[in-house]
Amino acid sequence: MQTVETDVIVVGAGGAGLRAAIAAAERAPQMRIALVSKVLPMRSHTVAAEGGAAGVTRREDSFDAHFNDTVSGGDWLCDQDVVDFFVRRCTGELEQLERWGCPWSRQADGHVNTRFFGGMSVQRTWFAADRSGFHMLHTLFQTSLKYPSIRRFDEYFCTELLAEDGAVRGVLCICIATGELVLLQAPSIVLATGGAGRVFRQNTNAGTVTGDGMGLAFRAGAALRDMEFVQWHPTCLPGTGILMTEACRGEGAILVNKDGYRYLQDYGLGPVDPWPRAKAMELGPRDRLSQAFWHERRKGRTLDTPGGPAVHLDLRHLGAKKIHERLPLITEAAKTFAGVDAVKEPIPVCPAVHYTMGGVATNVDCKAGLSGLYAAGECASVGIHGANRLGSNSLVEIVVFGRVAGESAAEHAGSASRKGISGAHLQSAERRVLEMLSNDRGEKLATLRDEMRDAMEDGVGIYRDDAGLRAACAKLASLRERHRAGVRLDDRSRAFNTEWLGAIELGFMLEVAQAMAHGALERRESRGAHRRLDFEPRDDAGFLRHTLARHAGEGAPRIDFRPVTITKSAPRERHYGGEGKKAVLT
Amino acid sequence: MTRTIRIECLRYHPETDAEPRLQAYEVPFTDDMSVLQGLQYIKDHLDGSLTFRWSCRMAICGSCGQMVNGVPRLGCETFLREFWPGTVRVEPLEHFPIVRDLAIDQSDFLAKLESVKPYLVQKAPPAGENTNLQAPEEMQAYYRYSKCINYLLCYAACPQYGLNPAFTGPAALTLLHRYNADSRDAGRAQRMPVVNQEDGVWGCTLVGYCSEVCPKDVDPARAVNQNKVNSTLDYFKHFLFPRAKEKS
Repeated sequence: MQTVETDVIVVGAGGAGLRAAIAAAERAPQMRIALVSKVLPMRSHTVAAEGGAAGVTRREDSFDAHFNDTVSGGDWLCDQDVVDFFVRRCTGELEQLERWGCPWSRQADGHVNTRFFGGMSVQRTWFAADRSGFHMLHTLFQTSLKYPSIRRFDEYFCTELLAEDGAVRGVLCICIATGELVLLQAPSIVLATGGAGRVFRQNTNAGTVTGDGMGLAFRAGAALRDMEFVQWHPTCLPGTGILMTEACRGEGAILVNKDGYRYLQDYGLGPVDPWPRAKAMELGPRDRLSQAFWHERRKGRTLDTPGGPAVHLDLRHLGAKKIHERLPLITEAAKTFAGVDAVKEPIPVCPAVHYTMGGVATNVDCKAGLSGLYAAGECASVGIHGANRLGSNSLVEIVVFGRVAGESAAEHAGSASRKGISGAHLQSAERRVLEMLSNDRGEKLATLRDEMRDAMEDGVGIYRDDAGLRAACAKLASLRERHRAGVRLDDRSRAFNTEWLGAIELGFMLEVAQAMAHGALERRESRGAHRRLDFEPRDDAGFLRHTLARHAGEGAPRIDFRPVTITKSAPRERHYGGEGKKAVLT
Repeated sequence: MTRTIRIECLRYHPETDAEPRLQAYEVPFTDDMSVLQGLQYIKDHLDGSLTFRWSCRMAICGSCGQMVNGVPRLGCETFLREFWPGTVRVEPLEHFPIVRDLAIDQSDFLAKLESVKPYLVQKAPPAGENTNLQAPEEMQAYYRYSKCINYLLCYAACPQYGLNPAFTGPAALTLLHRYNADSRDAGRAQRMPVVNQEDGVWGCTLVGYCSEVCPKDVDPARAVNQNKVNSTLDYFKHFLFPRAKEKS
């Protein structure tokens, strides 16, 4: 087997992975950095982020305001020391992207412009039209080409994170083009593999978003934290789940039900006027808006579309000029994928799974539960999102904590002792992945995958209850057993075998889905994006705690609880809507 | 309403096939189904060995460029209804080596992208500012060219790249121009050798098909030909000011 010795391995080459690689290269230019991804960097899902990235820059804004919006948005499940660190770093990282060439949208005087986003009290979201993630990703990728110490392994798929004696040793990869196995060895590994939205049927995520890094770390012994907190984005195309950015509402779009009524006023987000104003109506947080849709549907006040029930996202009053200037991508997508001209008609939208608030548990240095292991971006749970992430906090998270992870990993690699992986361990990892290829029994990949997605939609949706969650847990356990019994591949060859990769991804997804479902079952309260019909109020005495899922072999994960770090904001009732000043949008 | 359409896919496996061949599948489809969704149906239900790249399925990641009935298109935003009751033929992008089935080898493009120094060669921001200032009108000079998503349709459309694979090609030259045209950049002098070389802009024969197939309105032909002007100026400047540095 080909073996590559290196100093830092970064798994995932989206925004967080690229930022980590650049940070490691800048911190320690003599170090060798391996940047490994199952797709070319510019195909990573960061590319699809639309609305923008939060960073305090306006005169009327402050770190305290960003902190308070984030902590209350997260329903007090955020680690406040980490949020404090985060909000102070955001603007500097966005400025760095500007100096690297990111084409942020500008004000007339040449300064970067910002827009409103849900749950944010000030216009704080830096944006590049509605292609913010695309421009951030391409800027980072192109900038990464300046650093000769970054060696890319494009289209290499990680099958196993190899750790011994509580420390990482390397990763086993498949070179996708040839199907050959390659061992990468390093004392530091950064996971930056993104989320796991593809465990659900209707989601905004790319096909690649299969929880690989969470699965890799989980199996190797690191804990997953707060996995029951899954974000539904309230405005997506029914059927496909294609995202219609929150920036639509940031620029002034409204949501109406089938009667043309702005229904959000019935769900603690009103009154309607004065409009627009921060943190009210359509500028409320995503959890509240998706939950409001669920109730409207129950009341029979949604529209029927071929893709399922929907409400209307109406941009028409913004006018053609503003729509084309600020929201070109979604205008095009609405036209192509829904046949709707957003200038002339409202867009039918519904909630779809968008983001995994939970992930590999890390501290503020991005250090995960194994020596030498770091995680950043959506695959991590560093503690800033709590029970509900605010829009535009994740695009800036990937650069703030991508950098921290890269620097931490480089420092660790400089001092850590280097040990190879034991022969027996490597051989068993190799056998596991090759057995999947030679197996000729079992069921088709699509059968198992589709049953998993249905189980998650049915039992672990926007509103949950004990019976539904138990049914989902039982179904996931049986799916894991069926997956273990064998996925019958049509393709047993080595070169570019995406069916084989799909079977490995499904293994990661099933285990990540279990962590979500079991976390949700154990959390007998409602908080942020996790709503229990049978345990409606938030219960701070019982559950102002993180859940921690531990891998337990072939069985269900073990769920423990850990305290939340509260520094300066005592939990109180979350408050949106109410009185407020009319905002002037720039 | 579900109808059935015939999708012919180019198949090639490097371990077993000497030559590519076409394989046909009968695929049930609805009006909202894309060519990509047709391929996904085949992979899930008819033939798990069919190999193609895809990711975002919303025309932004650049993974699923293919020849669809002979034209470079995006699988995710080309709809099957357009072709029914006829056949859809899906082949890998022209002018690139095939890795397997519809997946092409993109390494040549990546090397070219790297060769144009596609990053800001930085100037310092003005005193008292943490960022450069750039008026919306200054952004206009380059923004269009920054929208390229590297789908590579323009390379499949470019007859010159087909004849001479050394040609730097539309997307990479467009990216070069994107940075040269950016008021924040000071790297033009470093990039001009790539522009001026025989396989730089002068390789382009102004067919313009690259811009026609570009789904993102980037207009690579315009970028390349603006650089012919720049290259000509650069050539004459060498006579006038042999040691002149680019003014920043």
